[in-house]
Amino acid sequence: MTQLFKPELVCPAGTPAGLRTAVDAGADAVYCGFQGPTNARNFPGLNFTVAEMAGAVSYAHDHGAKVLAAINSFPTAGRTELWKEAIDEAVSIGVDAVIVADIGMTQYLSKAHPGQRIHLSVQAGASSPEAINFYCRRFDIKRVVLPRILTVAEIKQVHDEIGCEIEAFVFGNIGMMAEGRCALTNYVTGQSTNMDGVCSPASHVHYEEDEDRNLKTRLGEFAIDCIACGEHAGYPTICKGRYNVSHKQEYYAFEEPVSLNLTRLLPDLMRAGVTALKIEGRQRSRAYVKAVVSAFRQAVDAYSEGGEPDISNLLALTEGSRETQGAFRSKTWR
Amino acid sequence: MRPTLPAMITHRPLSGKARLDDAGARGFARLAPPIPLFALQPLLGHIVTTIAGRHPELIARLGDNCRKRFLIDPHNLPFFLLLQPDPDRPRLKAYGRARDIEHDVHISGTFLTLLRMIDGQSDSDALFFNRDLTITGDTEAVVALRNALDNMDVTLADDVAACFGPLSRPVRAVIDLTFKFASPKP
Repeated sequence: MTQLFKPELVCPAGTPAGLRTAVDAGADAVYCGFQGPTNARNFPGLNFTVAEMAGAVSYAHDHGAKVLAAINSFPTAGRTELWKEAIDEAVSIGVDAVIVADIGMTQYLSKAHPGQRIHLSVQAGASSPEAINFYCRRFDIKRVVLPRILTVAEIKQVHDEIGCEIEAFVFGNIGMMAEGRCALTNYVTGQSTNMDGVCSPASHVHYEEDEDRNLKTRLGEFAIDCIACGEHAGYPTICKGRYNVSHKQEYYAFEEPVSLNLTRLLPDLMRAGVTALKIEGRQRSRAYVKAVVSAFRQAVDAYSEGGEPDISNLLALTEGSRETQGAFRSKTWR
Repeated sequence: MRPTLPAMITHRPLSGKARLDDAGARGFARLAPPIPLFALQPLLGHIVTTIAGRHPELIARLGDNCRKRFLIDPHNLPFFLLLQPDPDRPRLKAYGRARDIEHDVHISGTFLTLLRMIDGQSDSDALFFNRDLTITGDTEAVVALRNALDNMDVTLADDVAACFGPLSRPVRAVIDLTFKFASPKP
Protein backbone atom coordinates (compact mmCIF):
# COMPACT_ATOMS: atom_id res chain seq x y z
CA MET A 1 0.00 0.00 0.00
CA THR A 2 1.26 3.48 -0.78
CA GLN A 3 1.77 6.13 1.87
CA LEU A 4 -1.14 8.49 2.49
CA PHE A 5 -1.47 12.02 3.84
CA LYS A 6 -1.83 11.74 7.62
CA PRO A 7 -4.97 13.55 8.79
CA GLU A 8 -5.44 15.25 12.15
CA LEU A 9 -7.10 13.08 14.80
CA VAL A 10 -9.77 15.15 16.58
CA CYS A 11 -10.91 13.63 19.85
CA PRO A 12 -13.63 14.33 22.43
CA ALA A 13 -13.28 15.47 26.03
CA GLY A 14 -16.12 16.06 28.49
CA THR A 15 -13.90 16.88 31.45
CA PRO A 16 -10.36 18.19 32.06
CA ALA A 17 -9.24 14.66 33.00
CA GLY A 18 -10.80 13.42 29.77
CA LEU A 19 -8.83 15.99 27.79
CA ARG A 20 -5.56 14.91 29.39
CA THR A 21 -6.45 11.29 28.62
CA ALA A 22 -7.14 12.13 24.97
CA VAL A 23 -3.89 14.07 24.59
CA ASP A 24 -1.88 11.32 26.28
CA ALA A 25 -3.51 8.71 24.02
CA GLY A 26 -2.36 10.52 20.89
CA ALA A 27 -4.98 13.11 19.95
CA ASP A 28 -3.77 15.83 17.58
CA ALA A 29 -6.66 18.04 18.68
CA VAL A 30 -9.32 17.82 21.38
CA TYR A 31 -12.76 19.42 21.21
CA CYS A 32 -14.63 20.44 24.35
CA GLY A 33 -17.19 22.94 25.60
CA PHE A 34 -18.06 25.21 28.49
CA GLN A 35 -20.62 24.25 31.12
CA GLY A 36 -24.13 25.39 30.17
CA PRO A 37 -26.23 25.49 27.01
CA THR A 38 -23.62 26.94 24.63
CA ASN A 39 -22.57 23.54 23.33
CA ALA A 40 -24.37 20.43 22.17
CA ARG A 41 -23.40 18.19 25.11
CA ASN A 42 -24.96 20.07 28.02
CA PHE A 43 -25.18 17.18 30.49
CA PRO A 44 -24.99 17.28 34.31
CA GLY A 45 -21.44 17.10 35.66
CA LEU A 46 -19.95 17.49 32.18
CA ASN A 47 -17.90 20.22 30.49
CA PHE A 48 -15.42 22.91 31.51
CA THR A 49 -15.37 26.08 33.59
CA VAL A 50 -13.41 28.95 32.04
CA ALA A 51 -10.49 28.23 34.39
CA GLU A 52 -10.58 24.54 33.50
CA MET A 53 -10.60 25.37 29.79
CA ALA A 54 -7.55 27.62 30.27
CA GLY A 55 -5.74 24.81 32.06
CA ALA A 56 -6.74 22.41 29.30
CA VAL A 57 -5.28 24.69 26.63
CA SER A 58 -2.00 24.90 28.56
CA TYR A 59 -1.82 21.13 28.95
CA ALA A 60 -2.64 20.46 25.31
CA HIS A 61 -0.19 23.03 23.97
CA ASP A 62 2.57 21.74 26.25
CA HIS A 63 2.04 18.33 24.66
CA GLY A 64 1.78 19.52 21.06
CA ALA A 65 -2.00 19.19 20.76
CA LYS A 66 -4.70 21.72 19.86
CA VAL A 67 -7.93 22.63 21.65
CA LEU A 68 -11.10 23.32 19.68
CA ALA A 69 -13.88 25.03 21.67
CA ALA A 70 -17.34 23.83 20.73
CA ILE A 71 -19.82 26.72 21.02
CA ASN A 72 -22.14 25.04 18.61
CA SER A 73 -25.70 25.36 19.87
CA PHE A 74 -28.20 27.96 18.69
CA PRO A 75 -29.12 30.92 20.93
CA THR A 76 -32.74 31.93 20.89
CA ALA A 77 -33.76 35.57 20.71
CA GLY A 78 -32.64 37.50 23.75
CA ARG A 79 -30.08 34.91 24.83
CA THR A 80 -27.19 35.74 22.52
CA GLU A 81 -25.04 37.40 25.21
CA LEU A 82 -24.24 34.06 26.84
CA TRP A 83 -22.95 32.69 23.51
CA LYS A 84 -20.97 35.85 22.79
CA GLU A 85 -19.37 35.71 26.24
CA ALA A 86 -18.43 32.09 25.65
CA ILE A 87 -16.82 33.01 22.31
CA ASP A 88 -14.92 35.91 23.93
CA GLU A 89 -13.70 33.68 26.77
CA ALA A 90 -12.58 30.95 24.39
CA VAL A 91 -10.64 33.40 22.24
CA SER A 92 -9.01 35.08 25.25
CA ILE A 93 -7.93 31.70 26.60
CA GLY A 94 -6.14 30.97 23.33
CA VAL A 95 -8.04 28.03 21.90
CA ASP A 96 -6.84 26.99 18.48
CA ALA A 97 -10.27 27.17 16.87
CA VAL A 98 -13.87 27.90 17.79
CA ILE A 99 -16.52 25.54 16.46
CA VAL A 100 -19.78 27.38 15.73
CA ALA A 101 -23.08 26.51 14.07
CA ASP A 102 -25.37 29.53 14.45
CA ILE A 103 -24.96 31.96 11.58
CA GLY A 104 -25.32 34.96 13.89
CA MET A 105 -22.59 33.70 16.22
CA THR A 106 -20.40 32.91 13.21
CA GLN A 107 -20.84 36.52 12.12
CA TYR A 108 -20.05 37.77 15.65
CA LEU A 109 -16.92 35.61 15.90
CA SER A 110 -15.59 36.71 12.51
CA LYS A 111 -16.18 40.41 13.23
CA ALA A 112 -15.25 40.59 16.93
CA HIS A 113 -12.20 38.36 16.62
CA PRO A 114 -10.77 38.62 13.11
CA GLY A 115 -7.96 36.15 12.67
CA GLN A 116 -9.45 33.60 15.06
CA ARG A 117 -9.70 30.27 13.32
CA ILE A 118 -13.34 29.28 12.76
CA HIS A 119 -14.64 25.76 12.24
CA LEU A 120 -18.22 25.26 11.07
CA SER A 121 -19.95 22.70 13.28
CA VAL A 122 -21.79 19.67 11.95
CA GLN A 123 -24.80 21.27 13.66
CA ALA A 124 -24.84 23.90 10.90
CA GLY A 125 -25.86 21.14 8.50
CA ALA A 126 -23.79 22.52 5.62
CA SER A 127 -23.36 19.66 3.17
CA SER A 128 -23.24 21.23 -0.30
CA PRO A 129 -20.35 23.15 -1.89
CA GLU A 130 -22.69 26.13 -2.28
CA ALA A 131 -23.53 26.25 1.43
CA ILE A 132 -19.96 25.68 2.58
CA ASN A 133 -18.51 28.23 0.17
CA PHE A 134 -21.00 30.80 1.45
CA TYR A 135 -19.52 30.40 4.94
CA CYS A 136 -16.01 30.53 3.49
CA ARG A 137 -16.66 33.78 1.61
CA ARG A 138 -18.67 35.57 4.29
CA PHE A 139 -16.94 34.40 7.47
CA ASP A 140 -13.60 32.99 6.30
CA ILE A 141 -14.20 29.63 7.95
CA LYS A 142 -11.17 27.35 7.75
CA ARG A 143 -12.87 23.98 8.23
CA VAL A 144 -16.30 22.39 7.88
CA VAL A 145 -17.41 19.39 9.90
CA LEU A 146 -19.50 17.49 7.38
CA PRO A 147 -22.91 16.04 8.24
CA ARG A 148 -22.97 12.26 8.28
CA ILE A 149 -25.10 11.99 5.15
CA LEU A 150 -22.45 11.85 2.43
CA THR A 151 -20.73 8.90 0.83
CA VAL A 152 -16.96 8.96 0.60
CA ALA A 153 -17.28 9.65 -3.12
CA GLU A 154 -19.51 12.66 -2.39
CA ILE A 155 -17.02 13.90 0.21
CA LYS A 156 -14.34 13.82 -2.50
CA GLN A 157 -16.62 15.87 -4.78
CA VAL A 158 -17.27 18.41 -2.03
CA HIS A 159 -13.56 18.59 -1.25
CA ASP A 160 -12.76 19.45 -4.85
CA GLU A 161 -15.26 22.32 -4.89
CA ILE A 162 -14.80 24.11 -1.56
CA GLY A 163 -12.29 26.56 -0.15
CA CYS A 164 -11.72 25.05 3.29
CA GLU A 165 -10.64 21.89 5.07
CA ILE A 166 -12.98 18.96 5.73
CA GLU A 167 -13.45 17.23 9.09
CA ALA A 168 -15.36 13.94 8.96
CA PHE A 169 -16.77 11.78 11.75
CA VAL A 170 -15.22 8.33 11.90
CA PHE A 171 -16.48 6.78 15.15
CA GLY A 172 -19.27 7.05 17.70
CA ASN A 173 -22.92 7.82 18.07
CA ILE A 174 -24.96 8.66 15.02
CA GLY A 175 -28.48 9.97 15.31
CA MET A 176 -30.97 11.30 12.87
CA MET A 177 -29.44 12.33 9.59
CA ALA A 178 -30.67 15.92 9.97
CA GLU A 179 -27.80 17.51 11.84
CA GLY A 180 -28.83 20.62 13.74
CA ARG A 181 -32.47 20.23 12.83
CA CYS A 182 -33.74 17.45 15.08
CA ALA A 183 -36.70 18.54 17.24
CA LEU A 184 -37.69 15.16 18.72
CA THR A 185 -36.31 15.90 22.20
CA ASN A 186 -37.90 19.35 22.15
CA TYR A 187 -41.28 17.85 21.28
CA VAL A 188 -41.20 15.38 24.17
CA THR A 189 -39.37 17.28 26.93
CA GLY A 190 -39.65 20.97 26.08
CA GLN A 191 -35.84 21.18 26.06
CA SER A 192 -34.02 21.51 22.78
CA THR A 193 -31.01 19.61 21.50
CA ASN A 194 -30.08 22.58 19.35
CA MET A 195 -30.92 25.50 21.65
CA ASP A 196 -30.34 24.02 25.13
CA GLY A 197 -27.57 21.71 24.03
CA VAL A 198 -29.11 18.55 25.36
CA CYS A 199 -30.51 15.56 23.51
CA SER A 200 -32.68 13.45 25.85
CA PRO A 201 -32.00 15.42 29.04
CA ALA A 202 -31.12 13.04 31.87
CA SER A 203 -33.73 14.68 34.09
CA HIS A 204 -36.41 13.29 31.77
CA VAL A 205 -34.94 9.80 31.31
CA HIS A 206 -36.30 6.97 33.44
CA TYR A 207 -35.33 3.31 33.44
CA GLU A 208 -37.51 0.58 34.92
CA GLU A 209 -36.21 -2.97 35.22
CA ASP A 210 -38.57 -5.77 36.18
CA GLU A 211 -37.77 -8.95 38.08
CA ASP A 212 -36.93 -10.74 34.84
CA ARG A 213 -34.39 -8.03 33.92
CA ASN A 214 -36.45 -6.59 31.08
CA LEU A 215 -35.60 -2.90 30.90
CA LYS A 216 -38.14 -0.26 29.94
CA THR A 217 -36.79 3.14 28.87
CA ARG A 218 -38.94 6.26 29.14
CA LEU A 219 -38.30 9.80 28.01
CA GLY A 220 -40.75 12.09 29.73
CA GLU A 221 -44.18 10.50 29.45
CA PHE A 222 -43.26 8.25 26.51
CA ALA A 223 -41.96 4.68 26.65
CA ILE A 224 -39.36 4.56 23.87
CA ASP A 225 -38.03 1.02 24.18
CA CYS A 226 -38.34 -2.18 26.13
CA ILE A 227 -35.17 -4.22 26.11
CA ALA A 228 -35.42 -7.90 26.95
CA CYS A 229 -33.03 -9.54 29.37
CA GLY A 230 -29.82 -10.37 27.52
CA GLU A 231 -30.53 -7.85 24.77
CA HIS A 232 -28.09 -4.98 24.29
CA ALA A 233 -29.25 -1.47 25.15
CA GLY A 234 -28.74 1.85 23.39
CA TYR A 235 -28.93 5.53 24.22
CA PRO A 236 -32.32 6.67 25.60
CA THR A 237 -33.12 8.84 22.60
CA ILE A 238 -36.36 8.89 20.66
CA CYS A 239 -34.52 8.27 17.41
CA LYS A 240 -33.14 4.97 18.80
CA GLY A 241 -36.47 3.74 20.19
CA ARG A 242 -38.66 0.87 18.95
CA TYR A 243 -42.28 1.41 18.05
CA ASN A 244 -45.27 -0.41 16.68
CA VAL A 245 -45.97 1.29 13.37
CA SER A 246 -48.51 0.47 10.69
CA HIS A 247 -46.31 -1.88 8.67
CA LYS A 248 -44.11 -3.36 11.37
CA GLN A 249 -44.08 -4.20 15.08
CA GLU A 250 -41.19 -3.45 17.47
CA TYR A 251 -39.57 -1.40 14.75
CA TYR A 252 -36.66 1.01 14.91
CA ALA A 253 -38.72 3.58 13.05
CA PHE A 254 -36.03 6.27 12.96
CA GLU A 255 -32.56 4.82 13.52
CA GLU A 256 -31.03 1.74 15.11
CA PRO A 257 -28.84 1.73 18.23
CA VAL A 258 -25.57 1.34 16.43
CA SER A 259 -22.26 3.20 16.35
CA LEU A 260 -20.42 4.61 13.38
CA ASN A 261 -17.08 2.88 12.82
CA LEU A 262 -15.14 3.90 9.72
CA THR A 263 -11.81 2.28 10.49
CA ARG A 264 -12.03 0.23 7.29
CA LEU A 265 -12.80 3.35 5.27
CA LEU A 266 -9.95 5.45 6.67
CA PRO A 267 -7.71 5.04 3.60
CA ASP A 268 -10.59 6.09 1.33
CA LEU A 269 -11.30 9.15 3.47
CA MET A 270 -7.62 10.07 3.47
CA ARG A 271 -7.52 9.77 -0.32
CA ALA A 272 -10.70 11.86 -0.57
CA GLY A 273 -8.84 14.80 0.96
CA VAL A 274 -10.26 14.77 4.48
CA THR A 275 -8.02 16.90 6.71
CA ALA A 276 -9.32 15.81 10.09
CA LEU A 277 -10.96 12.66 11.48
CA LYS A 278 -13.42 13.20 14.31
CA ILE A 279 -14.30 10.81 17.12
CA GLU A 280 -17.68 11.42 18.75
CA GLY A 281 -18.21 10.99 22.50
CA ARG A 282 -17.73 13.97 24.81
CA GLN A 283 -20.33 12.33 27.05
CA ARG A 284 -18.32 9.10 27.28
CA SER A 285 -15.81 8.12 29.98
CA ARG A 286 -12.03 8.39 30.05
CA ALA A 287 -11.88 4.62 29.57
CA TYR A 288 -13.71 5.04 26.24
CA VAL A 289 -11.56 8.01 25.20
CA LYS A 290 -8.36 6.15 25.98
CA ALA A 291 -9.40 3.00 24.14
CA VAL A 292 -10.84 4.68 21.04
CA VAL A 293 -8.19 7.38 20.64
CA SER A 294 -5.36 4.84 21.07
CA ALA A 295 -6.93 2.52 18.50
CA PHE A 296 -7.43 5.31 15.95
CA ARG A 297 -3.93 6.71 16.59
CA GLN A 298 -2.48 3.33 15.67
CA ALA A 299 -4.82 2.93 12.71
CA VAL A 300 -4.13 6.36 11.22
CA ASP A 301 -0.39 6.01 11.71
CA ALA A 302 -0.37 2.55 10.16
CA TYR A 303 -2.46 3.50 7.13
CA SER A 304 -0.47 6.65 6.49
CA GLU A 305 2.72 4.59 6.47
CA GLY A 306 1.26 2.03 4.09
CA GLY A 307 0.49 -0.61 6.73
CA GLU A 308 -2.61 -2.56 7.81
CA PRO A 309 -3.63 -1.90 11.43
CA ASP A 310 -5.49 -4.22 13.78
CA ILE A 311 -8.89 -2.59 14.08
CA SER A 312 -10.81 -5.39 15.75
CA ASN A 313 -11.03 -4.15 19.33
CA LEU A 314 -13.56 -1.33 19.19
CA LEU A 315 -16.82 -3.28 19.02
CA ALA A 316 -17.21 -3.56 22.81
CA LEU A 317 -17.43 0.24 23.06
CA THR A 318 -20.12 0.67 20.41
CA GLU A 319 -23.77 1.41 21.13
CA GLY A 320 -25.78 -1.79 21.19
CA SER A 321 -22.48 -3.58 20.50
CA ARG A 322 -23.13 -2.98 16.81
CA GLU A 323 -21.33 -0.88 14.25
CA THR A 324 -22.09 0.58 10.86
CA GLN A 325 -20.41 2.54 8.11
CA GLY A 326 -23.66 4.47 7.74
CA ALA A 327 -24.07 6.70 4.72
CA PHE A 328 -20.31 6.86 4.16
CA ARG A 329 -20.40 3.49 2.35
CA SER A 330 -23.87 3.67 0.84
CA LYS A 331 -27.04 5.73 1.00
CA THR A 332 -28.96 2.48 1.49
CA TRP A 333 -27.38 1.41 4.78
CA ARG A 334 -30.75 0.74 6.37
CA MET B 1 -55.03 17.14 19.51
CA ARG B 2 -51.44 16.31 20.32
CA PRO B 3 -50.39 13.11 18.56
CA THR B 4 -48.75 10.37 20.58
CA LEU B 5 -46.00 7.98 19.73
CA PRO B 6 -47.21 4.50 18.78
CA ALA B 7 -47.75 1.88 21.47
CA MET B 8 -44.58 0.31 22.80
CA ILE B 9 -43.45 -3.23 22.31
CA THR B 10 -44.08 -5.91 24.90
CA HIS B 11 -41.51 -7.84 26.92
CA ARG B 12 -39.77 -10.74 25.29
CA PRO B 13 -38.73 -14.06 26.89
CA LEU B 14 -35.59 -14.12 28.99
CA SER B 15 -32.33 -15.28 27.52
CA GLY B 16 -31.18 -18.36 29.42
CA LYS B 17 -27.59 -17.30 29.87
CA ALA B 18 -28.41 -13.95 31.31
CA ARG B 19 -30.93 -15.51 33.67
CA LEU B 20 -28.37 -18.06 34.94
CA ASP B 21 -25.59 -15.48 35.37
CA ASP B 22 -27.82 -13.20 37.33
CA ALA B 23 -29.38 -15.95 39.38
CA GLY B 24 -25.90 -17.20 40.23
CA ALA B 25 -24.78 -13.81 41.44
CA ARG B 26 -27.88 -13.23 43.53
CA GLY B 27 -27.76 -16.80 44.84
CA PHE B 28 -24.22 -16.28 46.06
CA ALA B 29 -25.32 -13.13 47.83
CA ARG B 30 -28.07 -15.05 49.61
CA LEU B 31 -25.86 -17.98 50.59
CA ALA B 32 -22.78 -16.02 51.63
CA PRO B 33 -22.12 -15.99 55.38
CA PRO B 34 -23.44 -12.87 57.13
CA ILE B 35 -20.97 -10.02 57.42
CA PRO B 36 -21.01 -8.06 60.68
CA LEU B 37 -21.96 -4.78 59.04
CA PHE B 38 -21.41 -2.77 62.21
CA ALA B 39 -17.70 -3.56 61.83
CA LEU B 40 -17.71 -2.10 58.29
CA GLN B 41 -19.44 1.19 59.12
CA PRO B 42 -16.47 3.10 60.66
CA LEU B 43 -14.28 2.16 57.71
CA LEU B 44 -16.92 3.22 55.18
CA GLY B 45 -17.43 6.50 57.04
CA HIS B 46 -13.68 7.13 57.02
CA ILE B 47 -13.48 6.38 53.28
CA VAL B 48 -16.28 8.76 52.26
CA THR B 49 -15.10 11.55 54.57
CA THR B 50 -11.56 11.25 53.25
CA ILE B 51 -12.66 11.27 49.60
CA ALA B 52 -15.01 14.24 50.08
CA GLY B 53 -12.21 16.18 51.79
CA ARG B 54 -9.63 15.35 49.13
CA HIS B 55 -11.81 16.03 46.11
CA PRO B 56 -13.91 19.18 46.48
CA GLU B 57 -14.05 19.33 42.66
CA LEU B 58 -16.00 16.07 42.68
CA ILE B 59 -18.65 17.58 44.94
CA ALA B 60 -18.70 20.79 42.84
CA ARG B 61 -19.44 18.81 39.66
CA LEU B 62 -22.32 17.06 41.38
CA GLY B 63 -24.04 20.38 42.02
CA ASP B 64 -27.39 19.90 43.77
CA ASN B 65 -27.13 16.18 43.14
CA CYS B 66 -24.72 15.91 46.08
CA ARG B 67 -27.84 15.75 48.31
CA LYS B 68 -29.14 12.64 46.53
CA ARG B 69 -29.02 9.11 47.97
CA PHE B 70 -27.22 6.59 45.75
CA LEU B 71 -27.98 2.94 46.52
CA ILE B 72 -25.07 0.84 45.24
CA ASP B 73 -26.06 -2.78 44.77
CA PRO B 74 -23.24 -5.26 44.14
CA HIS B 75 -25.31 -8.31 43.10
CA ASN B 76 -22.92 -10.86 44.45
CA LEU B 77 -22.32 -9.34 47.89
CA PRO B 78 -24.72 -9.77 50.78
CA PHE B 79 -25.21 -6.05 51.40
CA PHE B 80 -26.05 -2.71 49.76
CA LEU B 81 -24.08 0.51 50.14
CA LEU B 82 -25.89 3.81 50.51
CA LEU B 83 -23.85 6.84 49.43
CA GLN B 84 -24.82 10.43 50.23
CA PRO B 85 -22.00 12.71 48.97
CA ASP B 86 -23.34 15.75 50.85
CA PRO B 87 -20.23 17.92 51.54
CA ASP B 88 -21.66 18.95 54.92
CA ARG B 89 -22.14 15.37 56.02
CA PRO B 90 -20.87 12.77 53.57
CA ARG B 91 -22.16 9.31 54.35
CA LEU B 92 -21.48 5.78 53.13
CA LYS B 93 -23.23 2.99 54.98
CA ALA B 94 -23.75 -0.71 54.46
CA TYR B 95 -27.21 -2.26 54.86
CA GLY B 96 -28.32 -5.88 54.86
CA ARG B 97 -30.34 -6.98 51.85
CA ALA B 98 -33.39 -7.73 53.97
CA ARG B 99 -33.92 -4.04 54.61
CA ASP B 100 -35.87 -1.68 52.41
CA ILE B 101 -33.62 1.36 51.92
CA GLU B 102 -34.98 4.71 50.77
CA HIS B 103 -32.94 6.03 47.87
CA ASP B 104 -33.01 8.31 44.81
CA VAL B 105 -30.79 6.22 42.52
CA HIS B 106 -30.20 2.47 42.30
CA ILE B 107 -26.95 1.37 40.65
CA SER B 108 -26.46 -2.37 40.31
CA GLY B 109 -23.93 -4.74 38.80
CA THR B 110 -21.51 -7.35 40.01
CA PHE B 111 -18.96 -6.18 42.58
CA LEU B 112 -16.20 -6.48 40.01
CA THR B 113 -18.15 -4.48 37.42
CA LEU B 114 -18.73 -1.67 39.90
CA LEU B 115 -15.12 -1.78 41.08
CA ARG B 116 -13.83 -1.59 37.51
CA MET B 117 -16.07 1.38 36.86
CA ILE B 118 -14.92 3.41 39.86
CA ASP B 119 -11.33 2.45 39.07
CA GLY B 120 -11.71 4.04 35.62
CA GLN B 121 -11.04 0.75 33.84
CA SER B 122 -14.45 0.34 32.25
CA ASP B 123 -16.65 2.69 30.26
CA SER B 124 -19.97 2.94 32.07
CA ASP B 125 -21.92 3.55 28.85
CA ALA B 126 -20.50 0.33 27.40
CA LEU B 127 -21.38 -1.51 30.63
CA PHE B 128 -24.91 -0.15 30.31
CA PHE B 129 -25.17 -1.06 26.61
CA ASN B 130 -24.02 -4.59 27.46
CA ARG B 131 -26.53 -4.79 30.38
CA ASP B 132 -23.71 -5.35 32.89
CA LEU B 133 -24.80 -2.22 34.72
CA THR B 134 -28.36 -1.28 35.63
CA ILE B 135 -29.53 2.19 36.63
CA THR B 136 -32.96 3.10 37.94
CA GLY B 137 -34.26 6.19 39.71
CA ASP B 138 -32.94 9.72 39.25
CA THR B 139 -30.99 9.47 35.98
CA GLU B 140 -29.73 13.06 36.18
CA ALA B 141 -28.10 12.37 39.55
CA VAL B 142 -26.34 9.25 38.34
CA VAL B 143 -25.10 10.96 35.15
CA ALA B 144 -23.69 13.77 37.27
CA LEU B 145 -22.00 11.26 39.59
CA ARG B 146 -20.53 9.36 36.66
CA ASN B 147 -19.14 12.52 35.09
CA ALA B 148 -17.80 13.82 38.40
CA LEU B 149 -16.01 10.54 39.11
CA ASP B 150 -14.65 10.46 35.59
CA ASN B 151 -12.93 13.81 36.09
CA MET B 152 -10.72 12.41 38.83
CA ASP B 153 -7.12 11.77 37.82
CA VAL B 154 -6.75 9.36 40.70
CA THR B 155 -9.47 6.78 40.98
CA LEU B 156 -11.75 6.12 43.91
CA ALA B 157 -10.10 2.73 44.23
CA ASP B 158 -6.78 4.56 44.84
CA ASP B 159 -8.45 6.71 47.48
CA VAL B 160 -10.06 3.72 49.14
CA ALA B 161 -6.68 2.02 49.29
CA ALA B 162 -5.12 5.20 50.71
CA CYS B 163 -7.61 5.11 53.59
CA PHE B 164 -5.85 2.02 54.89
CA GLY B 165 -2.75 4.07 55.79
CA PRO B 166 0.34 1.87 55.98
CA LEU B 167 -1.64 -0.95 54.39
CA SER B 168 -2.61 1.12 51.35
CA ARG B 169 -0.14 -0.56 49.01
CA PRO B 170 -1.16 -4.11 49.92
CA VAL B 171 -4.83 -3.13 49.59
CA ARG B 172 -4.21 -1.64 46.14
CA ALA B 173 -2.28 -4.77 45.22
CA VAL B 174 -5.25 -6.91 46.27
CA ILE B 175 -7.54 -4.77 44.09
CA ASP B 176 -5.18 -5.16 41.14
CA LEU B 177 -4.91 -8.91 41.71
CA THR B 178 -8.71 -9.11 41.84
CA PHE B 179 -8.88 -7.46 38.41
CA LYS B 180 -6.13 -9.68 37.04
CA PHE B 181 -7.62 -13.00 38.10
CA ALA B 182 -11.23 -12.03 37.43
CA SER B 183 -10.58 -10.75 33.90
CA PRO B 184 -11.88 -12.99 31.13
CA LYS B 185 -9.12 -14.95 29.43
CA PRO B 186 -8.59 -14.11 25.76
